Amino acid sequence: MARPAGDGRGGNVTLHAPAAPLAVPVARAHPRRISTRFIAVGLAILVVLAIIAIAAPVIAPYDPEAVEVKRVLGEPTLQHPFGSDVLGRDVFSRVLFGLRVSLLVSVSAVLASTALAVPLGVLAGYFGRWVDTTVSRTLDMILVLPAMLLAITFIAILGPGSVVAAIAIAVIYLPILARVMRASTLVVTRNEYVAGARARGGSHLRVIVTHVAPNALGPVIVQASVLSAFALQLEAGLSFLGLGTQPPTPSLGGMLADGRDVLIQAPWVEIFPGLAIVVAVLGFTFLGEGLRRAFDPRGVAE
Amino acid sequence: MTRQLMFVLRRLLLTIPVLFVMSIVVFLIIRLVPGDPVRTMLGFRATAANVIEVRHQLGLDQSLLSQYVNWIGALLHGDLGTDIVSHASLADLLAQRLPVTFELTGLAMLVAVIIGVPLGVRAATGGRWVKRLTEGFVVFGISVPDFWLGIMFVLVFAGTLVILPPSGYIPFDVDPVGNLRYMILPVLTLAIGEAAYILRTTRSAVTSVMGRPFITFLRAKGISSRRIIFGHALRNAGPSIVTVIGIQVGVLLGGAIIIETLFALPGVGRLVVTAINQRNYPTVQVSVLAIATIFIVVSLVTDLVVGWLDPRVTDGAAT
Repeated sequence: MARPAGDGRGGNVTLHAPAAPLAVPVARAHPRRISTRFIAVGLAILVVLAIIAIAAPVIAPYDPEAVEVKRVLGEPTLQHPFGSDVLGRDVFSRVLFGLRVSLLVSVSAVLASTALAVPLGVLAGYFGRWVDTTVSRTLDMILVLPAMLLAITFIAILGPGSVVAAIAIAVIYLPILARVMRASTLVVTRNEYVAGARARGGSHLRVIVTHVAPNALGPVIVQASVLSAFALQLEAGLSFLGLGTQPPTPSLGGMLADGRDVLIQAPWVEIFPGLAIVVAVLGFTFLGEGLRRAFDPRGVAE
Repeated sequence: MTRQLMFVLRRLLLTIPVLFVMSIVVFLIIRLVPGDPVRTMLGFRATAANVIEVRHQLGLDQSLLSQYVNWIGALLHGDLGTDIVSHASLADLLAQRLPVTFELTGLAMLVAVIIGVPLGVRAATGGRWVKRLTEGFVVFGISVPDFWLGIMFVLVFAGTLVILPPSGYIPFDVDPVGNLRYMILPVLTLAIGEAAYILRTTRSAVTSVMGRPFITFLRAKGISSRRIIFGHALRNAGPSIVTVIGIQVGVLLGGAIIIETLFALPGVGRLVVTAINQRNYPTVQVSVLAIATIFIVVSLVTDLVVGWLDPRVTDGAAT
């Protein structure tokens, strides 16, 4: 199966490179133990970030939008560990709040996309024939444009904002998640217990809900976790261009755009928001890689 | 030979619906804008007569079908329309902007391949430390957003070391050396992330080839491992690597939108971002059309090259 490209999607190239998982950190160690280690590290990072994001108003030492004229481009100090920005706002507090917005946008986008993709993928995989053709070909159209370009097209139409960015990200990843669910459903549907459930007189709906869907969900969860990492970068990129989350709401991408002109005088304005993105992306990447090894041994997820 | 010809024809035919869908998407950009796009575009100072004039100029007062037919007809005749802010011909604008984007993405892909393929081969065949270092590079390349990497490059090379310009552009025909000096940081920024993907694909493709029986046979024949790796393993891994390069071009084009803005390069990517902020819809349409067309053509060429490298693909089983 195809691997995601750098934007999390395979594009519309009809041939696909073989799966290329991250290399095993310790050669030939027990696969189960490695997946556990990946999941543990990924989850640990994400849990900490989630707590920070949720509790940002409590943890943040300052109001992220409060302007302090005396502290304009102030260096990091004990009171302001990440320094202050162009308007004298506390960078540490802004990173906490920015993380909150970035995580909210990217995670909700991926969740919404998954919620739509799962039923579509199940229908396509379970019923096959014209249902499959209709669903698959329709979703393929989304792959005509590269991810970033599609997001920008959405924003050109609907106007900038974090909600539009989230919708764009959800649409971009819909075909990938649906394709994974479809492939996984195809494998599960071939099992004899599915035929058995049908033979006992179970309706299609019942068979899908109680037998097919639960067993086919694994690879989709893996994929969703991997895509969250890409979604986070995409959201940050859009906000950096001024097309995602709008000021004064702090967002990690927006902070990077604001600090661009004062980079040389005040590098802390640029370093810390970027590091926050990297850490969050690493969290999702590790979690996804661990989950892949544990729950997707067949390599159905892309 | 006929089989290969059939493959090429079939792949060419497949491109037609893709181009059609893409044209519909681009066509709809201005028509889907909530409310009145012409009002949004011109702002509130525009008079009613102005609005009617621009609407007529863009053909928005006709039926949707005849709008599409006229639009496609004009496109095919090379008439891309005019920029509503600068009133410049969009065909001329594109002719100025496209070479910058081509240079940026082309050089970035070249650098990415030069870094990624040899490192991928080393990662597949080397010792434990080579494996660990290359894995670190892959995780780094995937997890660091390219624009932040670019900002850090500026900080180091333009801020601290002061050996390269932080941003800007000189056309290649005016000053080739100056042009390359301005291109180094943006190209490196885009190339690092791409190299990570190419490395990963090369590594897994070469690893899987190296496990096949014919490699063992070649070893038994006493052929040097250098020749086995470069003459046989890499040759067989070629189609996978080319496929990933083709897919990654789409990512590079997306990345170029951000990187051109970051480094103030006058390419198509920066054009589209500026146009969106100005609600300059005709320019948005033309730039999206240009980038998407490049992407579709590259996908086509990639598939044809893969078919040429691996004739089994042309049998149809693999497509």
